[in-house]
Parts: sequence; structure tokens; C-alpha cells
Amino acid sequence: MSSNILDQVTQSDYKYGFTTDIETDIIPIGLSEEVVRLISAKKNEPEWMLEFRLKAYRHWLTMKLPTWAHLTIPDIDYQSIAYYAAPRKNAPQSLDEVDPELLKTFEKLGIPLEERMSLSGMAVDAVMDSVSVKTTFKDSLAEMGIIFCSFSEAVEHHPDLVQKYMSSVVPYTDNFFATLNCAVFSDGSFVYIPKGVRCPMELSTYFRINAINTGQFERTLIIADEDSYVSYLEGCTAPMRDENQLHAAIVEIVAMKNAQVKYSTVQNWYPGDKNGKGGIYNFVTKRGICKGDNSKISWTQVETGSAITWKYPSCILLGDNSSAEFYSVAVTNHHQQADTGTKMLHIGKNTSSHILSKGISAGQSHNSYRGLVRINPKAENARNFSQCDSLLLGDKCGAHTFPYLEVNNDSAIVEHEATTSKINEDQIFYCNQRGISTENAVGLIVNGYAKEVLNQLPMEFAVEAQKLLQITLEGSVG
Amino acid sequence: MENENLIDGTNSKSPSFGGVGESPYIDLYKSHHESIKKHSTVVMNHIRDDAFALFEELHFPTVALENYKYTDLKAALSIDYGLNINRIPIPVNPYEVFTCDVPGIQSYLYFVVNDAFYPVNDARNKTLPKGVIIGSLNQIAENHPELVKQYFGKLSTTKKDGLIAFNGAFAQDGFFMFVPKNVVLDKPVQLVNIMRSDVDSMANSHNLIIFEEGAKAQLLVCDHTVDDVRFLSNRVTEVFVGENATYEHYKLENTHTKTTNLSTLLIDQQRSSTVLANIITLHNGQTRNTIEIDIDGENCETNLCGMVIADKNQQVDNFTSIIHNKPNCHSTELFKYVLDDMSKGGFTGKLYVAKNAQKTAAFQTNRNILLSKTAKMRTKPQLEIYADDVKCSHGATIGSLDETAKFYMQSRGISEKEARLLLMFAFTNDVIENIRIEALKDRIKILVEKRLRGELSKCEGCVICQ
Repeated sequence: MSSNILDQVTQSDYKYGFTTDIETDIIPIGLSEEVVRLISAKKNEPEWMLEFRLKAYRHWLTMKLPTWAHLTIPDIDYQSIAYYAAPRKNAPQSLDEVDPELLKTFEKLGIPLEERMSLSGMAVDAVMDSVSVKTTFKDSLAEMGIIFCSFSEAVEHHPDLVQKYMSSVVPYTDNFFATLNCAVFSDGSFVYIPKGVRCPMELSTYFRINAINTGQFERTLIIADEDSYVSYLEGCTAPMRDENQLHAAIVEIVAMKNAQVKYSTVQNWYPGDKNGKGGIYNFVTKRGICKGDNSKISWTQVETGSAITWKYPSCILLGDNSSAEFYSVAVTNHHQQADTGTKMLHIGKNTSSHILSKGISAGQSHNSYRGLVRINPKAENARNFSQCDSLLLGDKCGAHTFPYLEVNNDSAIVEHEATTSKINEDQIFYCNQRGISTENAVGLIVNGYAKEVLNQLPMEFAVEAQKLLQITLEGSVG
Repeated sequence: MENENLIDGTNSKSPSFGGVGESPYIDLYKSHHESIKKHSTVVMNHIRDDAFALFEELHFPTVALENYKYTDLKAALSIDYGLNINRIPIPVNPYEVFTCDVPGIQSYLYFVVNDAFYPVNDARNKTLPKGVIIGSLNQIAENHPELVKQYFGKLSTTKKDGLIAFNGAFAQDGFFMFVPKNVVLDKPVQLVNIMRSDVDSMANSHNLIIFEEGAKAQLLVCDHTVDDVRFLSNRVTEVFVGENATYEHYKLENTHTKTTNLSTLLIDQQRSSTVLANIITLHNGQTRNTIEIDIDGENCETNLCGMVIADKNQQVDNFTSIIHNKPNCHSTELFKYVLDDMSKGGFTGKLYVAKNAQKTAAFQTNRNILLSKTAKMRTKPQLEIYADDVKCSHGATIGSLDETAKFYMQSRGISEKEARLLLMFAFTNDVIENIRIEALKDRIKILVEKRLRGELSKCEGCVICQ
């Protein structure tokens, strides 16, 4: 009985798996200096951008794939990947000009652009493959001085801002995948919130990996100037595909004095089928810096997709009294592997950070939390609390915790706690007694378990996230 | 006897020796392995060449290795230590130099001086129950080769660790203890490691402890140093705990600041056995304790705890791993650190639950207090879990003394100094409470109190502090 439910759910197919037929403009596969030059040329980039890419590319050649993560990463042939793909019809002026196929894609995902625009009042910078296709609500945001556009547009129209902040949080030498991104990144989003402005709506980008054999390398740069506030949403779904796709993105956040940035992600890329075939390799470098005093950065992530997830949204707490939060739910099923967590680097005085991580593993998956909390010698009165819990559904999966606490100042208070357990059978029994099926009971318990994190998500995302959790897990335990 | 080889200084032989690393030891082994073997026993020589080959491959561990991230041995290993490979007896009266005695403790008393078992004719040791064998590993390997062969190196040769490999290549003797089936020792066994030398020197020893089914005993290991020279000791202890056996291991370190103490404790537990290990570091230079407990039978009970009080430039790193290979076992781990001045603490607690080890309950706690701005603590608790029906948790905290608790006491007429002391004493007390030898518990309480009052930041009877 229970194993039936388990089979039903764990073997259910990826519900968002489909491919849109749009002609894409792909450059030949492989990576070389010419390819880097070609990408830059295709995007009409200025000389300094090309220099930056080449510098990164040359450095990347000297780097090796990191092996410290608790992941089994298959050999990736970087020469068999196409590093650039853009929908042919570029930069449409209005909705009518947007490829209807593309619009359908969004509709299948349940996020029709028009709906979003009129009902939720959200500005959507939809990214399909690598080039930004549609940017909405740009005008009303522009009135307030907010810049929300694709990265290439930002390079063109706001080169001073891009030059000043790009790579200031994640240097091009940072790590293997970040360096690769610096060399070949195609596009992404750029946000600038001017002094004293509270962004009136939630900014959102939908990423979608679409063309076959296309690595996607986005870059997001968010700058919140003094006394500003912005909430940014990123969500991903990807069509079903047999061949593995590489994804190495960079997200950089700069929060100036008194600024607040909230960054939420729901990640549901194709995780591979139940035999572990296919799926996205997701190697992301996300980092924010609380540059000014009293600034705040908050990361919230719901990770349900990808065959391999390697992702550590981090915060550098440089300004005095700055604070950072990290909320995460990571769900793995079948043969998925996730090694995710955060880094909190306390540098300023009176800084605080809060980490809440909930891992759920089912099937034959492996789910690890890896986090670093470092208190520098001059970070007086720093405060950190970390909690990372793991829930195991099934006896073939693994749940691991690798926290690193490094304290160099005696006024710091650092706490860490972690638990690992399986779903409480008493709770399921209790629900059964009251007429709730085992399947629903598990859904109830898992949602309750992840509630603290889901509560941090904006409304629209919370609904999607709950659905995702249910799709991935409901009834995984009988 | 070749007197010039009394202490075989490596410096005289290799002019290329720039004060760093492993190459002089590799040269030394290549040129002197015959005499190393000559002064040891067949059983130990059996693993020697393989261990050396492994050491040649691994070298001494550096901070680049994940397992040695918090143990920087570079400075300690840059010193030119002498090695007594020709086993020249060291003139010493262990009773004289062994001053940190535990009053009222009734024990069977044994000494290892530097790297050699030191035979003493102690009346106390004559009452050992029949069948119990305690003595020099070297000696007993000659008398009972089958027994020693069955166990020696079974744990240590499976580890890929530079220090263990180095020990395998150079250790020539050590402490041996065998408790036969269903024998219960009425008194604890006390092993005193004494470092005594006129020049900087290194000691490698290999201890082997075997408990047969149902055996029960306590072992207290004390580390001491005597002379004002630099010491490095690299000791590997293998412990085999049979079915239903009970083993208690207490390690008390009270050495001086020029000592580098590298100690590896490998324990293998069989069905329904109980192990208690309590690792206390009160005074030291640089210490690295590697403790690995393999639980290879069902229904085992494991209790690992430890405490560190450090100041000045002391460094202590406890690297522990508890590996649950079988279901229905229970383990708890508790480590507490009090760090002052420029001291550095490191803790790694790895908890591994294998695929089939269902119904495992494993709990780990690490709490640390920093008393000064310059003290540093690094902690890395880890859970690696491959079974689903388990209850595992870990908790780690780093902070300073609770100001409100201090204020509460001060407002009730307790001086600030006393209040601090009370808090620190209470903090370390639950580790001390885990000691099951009453006399030792009382002694450690006094030592800790003295230590916290700052009286014992020098150790009694040690030449540096006098």
C-alpha cells in the first residue's frame, strides 16, 4: 500500500518538461579565446568588457575543478558545450512582437506575462536562454530612478555603474565556475535602486534553459543605494532533456548604508529521471556584501530541481550593525545531489546573521548542508545562530551536515545546531486516525517542517514552492 | 654499543636538511631501517616497510588537508629532533620525575619513557588477575607472537594518514595490555608517558590494547615532560573491545609549552560493548588528538568526551570521528573548551552513520568559551548519515561568559573573580562528571580549579616553570 504511493509519487514525471520550438542563434560548440571574443562581439560589448572576459578566461585555464564538495560530479567536457544561444527575434518593442511560442512557454509554466503585469503588479524581466526578451514595467520604475534591465543593456547604458560594481563582490578569480561565468556570461539582470527609494513592486526574473546543449551563464547584479529597499525574485523551470546541461551563474548584491535587499529563489530545473539520467548541473556563486552600516541582505531559497546543486549564497557583513539572513529548503529525490549552504563573514561591529536550513532527502539522493561562519578579530559583538535540520525519507538516501565555525573574537556569540531524523511515525499515525491519508499526512508534515522558510517567501512564490514540495515528496514515506 | 648513535640526530647526516619536513626522516629510514628493525620485533617490522612507503607518498599532513585544516604542524616539524633508534636506555627514575600523582588512587602503574616501555618492579603490579598481560609490546610480541599478530596494525594500517604511517615506520615499542575473557580489573591501570631528554627529541610509540569478551577495565594515560627541551611525541594506540566488554580510557595531558603531542586513538567496538573515552588537556604546547571509534557490533554504547583549558600560545585540536557501522547503537559526544590569551582551539566531530545502521541514536555537543580577544576557536561538527531511521543531532556554541549570570552572583555578594570562576567551573563540570574513577575525579576537580585560578598555568615539577 505504502510502497504504491511511494512509487506513484517518486516516479511521477517532471511536470514542467517540454521544449519550445524557437529558432535559436547558437555559436559553434567549444571554448577558446575566439569564442570569448565572438560572444563579446555578438553583444557589441565595449573594449573593457572584452578585456575582463579574456582576463577571466586566461585565469580559468589555470584552474581545476574543486573536489571538496560532497558530490559526484561526472566529467564535464567544456569543449562540447555551446556558450551562446539567443532567440533570433531580439528585443521586441511590445507584447505583439514577442514570439508567441515564447509566451506559450510562460503560460505553460502558469505565469502569463499579461497576468503578471495587470494583476500582480510585478515587473517581469523574462530571460529565455541567454538574452533578455521582455522587460515590463520599465517605464514606471524608471520614473523613480530604478534601473531594472538586462545586463547587456546595462553595459550599454550604464557602463559606469557596471564597471564600478561588477565583480566587486565575486572577483573573477573566485572559483572555477565563477571564473568560467566571467569569461562567457551571456546575459542576466541588472538592478539599481537609487538613494532613498523603496522599490514599490517585487522584481522578478524567470530563467529558463531552453536550447539543447546550451550552457546558461547569467550574471545578476543588484545595487541598493543608501536607504533603499528591494525584493527580488528568481524562479526557474526547465524542460525535460536527456543530456546534462551546465549552468554556472553569478549573483552579486551590493547593499549600501541602511539599504535592504531581499533575494528569493525557487529553483526547479530538470533533476534527471528516476534513474539519474540527465538533469541540470547547477553551479552557482551567489554573494552579497553589506557595505554600509545598518544594511541587510536576506537570501531565501527553495531548491527542488537540478541533478547537481552546488550553491552557497553568502554574505560579507562589512558595515557596522549590518545583518544577514539565509533561509533554505533543499529537497532531493531519485539520484539528485545537493551540496548547499551559506557563508557568513562578520567583519563590522555588532553584526548579526541567522541561518535556517531544512534539508529533505528521498530516493537515492544526497543532500548536504555546508556552511561557514567566520567572526573576524575586529568584529565586536557579532551574533550568529544557525540551525540546520535534515529529514530522511527512505533508507537509501543520505543527509549530511558540514558546518565550519571560526571565531576570532571573544565578544561573539555563535550557536549552531543540527538534527537528523526521519518522519515521525507517531505523527503520521495521529493523522491517519483522524482520517488523513498517509500521503496527505506526509505532505502536511513536510510543509510544516519547511514552514519557517516558506513563510519568508513572497506570497506568489510561497504558493509555487508549496506545490513543488508536494510534487517532489508527497507520500514518499508510508 | 655505538655511543655516537645514542640519540641519532638527523642533522649530522643530511646537510640538505633545511629544518623542514619529511626528507631527513625519509633519508634516515632508508639508511637506518636495518637498525630500526634490529631493535624492534618481527610483528612490528611486518608493517614497517609498507608504512614507510605510505609515508613517502603522504608525507606529514599540512593544513591543506581537510582533516588537518586546524592543525598546523609546520613549525613543530621544522625542528631537528633526535630519534633513539638504537634503543639506548635513558637514565631516569620515573618515580622521581612523575610528580603529578593522583592521591588515593589505587592503580597498576606502568611507565613509558620517551618511546620505550620502562620496566619497573612495582609491588602494586603483582596482584594483577591471572591471564592479564601488561608490558612492553616489543617484549610480549616475542613471547606471544600469535596474540599480538592477530591484532597489531589491524586498525592503523587501514588509515590513510601521514602521522600514522610515520609511526608505523618508526615506532619500535610501546605499551601492551591484554585482558582475557570475563576478567574484570579491580583497579585502574595507569600508564605514564614521560618525555625525558637532554636534546630536542622525538618519540614514536605504538600501544596495543586488547579486551576479550566480557572483560572490563579502566586505563588512565598521563602525559608528562621533564626537561626543558623541545619534544615531539607521535603515539598510536589501537584498542580492540570484544563482545560485552567495557573499556574506559582517560587521557590526561599535563606537559609543557615546548611539547608537540600527536596522539591517535583507534578503537574498534564489538557487539554490546561499552566504551568511555575522556580526553582532558590541561597544559600543553601543541596537541593533536585524533580519536576514531568504529562501532562494528550491535547494541554498543559509546561515550566520548573531553575538555581543554588553554592559555598562552597553546594549541589543542581534537579530531574525532564516531563511525556507526551497525544498527541499534547509541553514542554521545561532549567536548568543552576554555581558551584564554593567544590560545587556539580546534574541534572536529564527525558522526558517520552507515547505510544499515538503523535505530542509531547519536548526539554530539561542543561548547567553547573565549576569555580573551586573541583566543581563537575553530569548530567543525559534521553529520554524515546514510540510514533513515536514526536520531542524530549536533550542537556547537562559541561565546564568552554569561554576563547576566555573573551580574546575578555579584549582586549577591560574590566577587567578580569568584563569579567568573564558578561559571567556568560549572562549565567544565559535566565533562569531569563523566569520570568514573572517584580518586581521579577529585584530583581533576582540584587541578581544574587550580588551573582556572591561574595557579597551574605552570605544571608542577616541570623544569620550565620552576
